[in-house]
Amino acid sequence: MNEGVVWLTIFILSVFVGIEVISKVSSTLHTPLMSGANAIHGIILLGAILVTGATDSTLALVVGLVAIVLATVNMVGGFVVTDRMLQMFTRKKPAPKNEGAR
Amino acid sequence: MPTWVQVVYLLCAIGFILALKGLSGPRTARRGNLVGAAAAVVGCVLPFIYVDHLDHVPLMIGAIAVGTAGGVFGARKVQMTQMPQMVALFNGVGGGAAALVALLELNHMLEVQDALDALGADVDAYGWFVYAATAFTIFVGSVSFAGSLITFAKLQELMTSRPVVFAGLPVAFGLMLLGGVGLSVLTVTDAAIGIGIALCLVGLVFGVLLVLPVGGADVPIVISLLNAFTGLTVAAGGYVLSNTLLLVGGTLVGASGTFLTLLMARAMGRSVGNIMFGALKGGSTLGGGEASDRPVKSAGPEDVAILLGYADRVIIVPGYGLAVAQAQHTLRELVDVLGERGTKVDYAIHPVAGRMPGHMNVLLAEAQVPYEQLVEMDEINGEFKNTDVVLVVGANDVVNPAAKTTPGAPIYGMPILNADEAKQIVFMKRSMRPGFAGIENELLFDPKTTLLFGDAKESLGKLLNSIKSL
Repeated sequence: MNEGVVWLTIFILSVFVGIEVISKVSSTLHTPLMSGANAIHGIILLGAILVTGATDSTLALVVGLVAIVLATVNMVGGFVVTDRMLQMFTRKKPAPKNEGAR
Repeated sequence: MPTWVQVVYLLCAIGFILALKGLSGPRTARRGNLVGAAAAVVGCVLPFIYVDHLDHVPLMIGAIAVGTAGGVFGARKVQMTQMPQMVALFNGVGGGAAALVALLELNHMLEVQDALDALGADVDAYGWFVYAATAFTIFVGSVSFAGSLITFAKLQELMTSRPVVFAGLPVAFGLMLLGGVGLSVLTVTDAAIGIGIALCLVGLVFGVLLVLPVGGADVPIVISLLNAFTGLTVAAGGYVLSNTLLLVGGTLVGASGTFLTLLMARAMGRSVGNIMFGALKGGSTLGGGEASDRPVKSAGPEDVAILLGYADRVIIVPGYGLAVAQAQHTLRELVDVLGERGTKVDYAIHPVAGRMPGHMNVLLAEAQVPYEQLVEMDEINGEFKNTDVVLVVGANDVVNPAAKTTPGAPIYGMPILNADEAKQIVFMKRSMRPGFAGIENELLFDPKTTLLFGDAKESLGKLLNSIKSL
């Protein structure tokens, strides 16, 4: 089996899954969903680790480390900020009136 | 790669699918996000376990620690009103990382090919499509990085949020696009690291040119689009590195991000093409931004208090100005008091209220407004004609009738809240300055309309006291 076609198959199927799983999202969740999807592509960190771990020149190493920092900010920051947004949706009861603690 | 690693990658990919699935429902959203985070962490720990000769491990862990600290700090510190630009920033650095990874991989591919050539072997270590995917990742990743930084600057008001168009822009735009395509072809035919770096630079310039002409109100759509771009670059990077998790994760984001962009554009009544290239074709996507000096009817808090205090049905239209003034808590108190007096009050939530779709729900949820009081546009639009008073707090464009009546207006065609059908309309505004789209709102001059000038928080506080003493 042609390996390129295998990759193409994975790609095409992922496109359909990606569209299908979010097709029923309500507009109230657009912002958190965008933010969560944004965090998922932070998985480029995995790629950055693989590439940096194989570098042999100093310059390449520096570039790789910069890529790791950027990718980590994307991934970690993305998930944390999404969680912060969603925290506010899950609180069910209206809170007590005294909100001086803000 | 050992089989067990491939299986774990598959499990992580399933985790990403479940994460997106969870994120699209209010009850499952938070869990979905955590599932995605867990999958991402597992995926990134794997290479430290299975790769035989992974060098620079302490340095890499140090870099991860720095990135984690930066990400957590930014994510915790950002105010809810600044959420859209934070997402843009996170997206941009992800795109930048993808471009750098692809540059390094290109360097590695060239080294391997050189070594083969030195041995006198007449073989190509990598197929042309691998080079093409590398070029794609470098170029689009750079576009996403630079474009996201410009959207950040626009939303953070580090630069003007109006469209920036200059005479040679369409030409420069075309040249950069041609340059990007040409250099990508060169990467396939005569790969060299210099070409890769040039491609990166052209991508950066192109990213800036792509976002400059987009008007402030449309920037969220661009963020979503660039988010999808970054997803696709990560997918292409996955193909280059032969890593299934990167391919699946990136493609999921690319596909769902593109679809989400279309959904958002539809909620604003705009087409993506018009948003991205409308200003290039000459027509500005923003109005003049001039404040008018036509006469309006303004009143003090006491007068408005009487209007509200004796109304049976009130609808509140919250906008970004409410969030900027941090007045959502005071507003909630006001609504509570009105409720105790027997007035039925709801919040009408326009899909793009705030700075992007769903943003207002986040802001009001932060102020602990009960979820049932937040009514979406389609459900509440029929009720305005039976409403005594509409209180518009810091919103403008989402109730501007020009969207229905003025074909030339930048917001023409955008579905709006039918506030103009109510018996009385009260606008709380700081000044007569137009809204984010920069066009005048006829509703302000309507005889049914009363204006209450001042900072939203202060005015709401005074209003609250006046109603309490009725």
